[in-house]
Amino acid sequence: MRITCPHCGERDRREFYYSGAEDYLHRPGEGAEPAAWDAYLHLRDNPAGVTRDLWHHSLGCGAWLVVTRNTVTHAVLGVETVEKEQDQ
Amino acid sequence: MADLIAKSALEGLVPVTHGALVLSDATPAAVTSVAPFRGKGRAVAEALAPMGLTLPAPNRMETGPVGRIVWFGPGQALLLDAAPGPLAGLAALTDQSDGWVGLRLAGPGTEEVLARLVPIDLRPPAFGPGAAARAPLGHMTGVVMRADDGIEILVFRSMARTAVHEIATAMRQITAREG
Repeated sequence: MRITCPHCGERDRREFYYSGAEDYLHRPGEGAEPAAWDAYLHLRDNPAGVTRDLWHHSLGCGAWLVVTRNTVTHAVLGVETVEKEQDQ
Repeated sequence: MADLIAKSALEGLVPVTHGALVLSDATPAAVTSVAPFRGKGRAVAEALAPMGLTLPAPNRMETGPVGRIVWFGPGQALLLDAAPGPLAGLAALTDQSDGWVGLRLAGPGTEEVLARLVPIDLRPPAFGPGAAARAPLGHMTGVVMRADDGIEILVFRSMARTAVHEIATAMRQITAREG
């Protein structure tokens, strides 16, 4: 598996650390219902197909990335930095 | 104040020679991390210009008459062998001189040796003059730079012995294959 870092270019999977679902970017606001925190902390989809998750380019440039990939075909469909994701 | 004698972390470890391959000490005299403050990228580039340098693009290194500056990640660069004085007030400057060791591997087969440890293409067409990358050396985090003579690698000072051991082992294996 290879991931194309927006800064460094295409790199080997061993340079990246998997950090969980993209849900971690959507932290509930202050005063949110306990149900929202429960969902944020514990509830995850487990799709057979396209999924989005957070990766850290830990042995490269240190950027946090959102990787869109397919869990069935193992294809990596897209990579963006977290900053760019959150600007949109 | 006591006059302390600085000791290289590579003392007694290099040079290592196998065939025509030579691994030697290339530790920069000074290493400063440069992180331009928000909106100050252009001002930092202008302050670097009299030194013959500019802010490097990703995966690149700029070389001036005295020092070099290497891309080190988003919004960050490493200034090597040059005083960071002109950048004061424009960027967060951190002296990391004591944190790194530099190694230079030179000789025929340099790229084949490092191919065993660094998972990026270091052959000249892909990694020519001015190329630099943050990439792993084995399990260590490092910086790899194309030098006039061979390839230079920066790793954390605490990893000096491991880095020399791993590179020397790969040198011996490559030399044995060709011998």
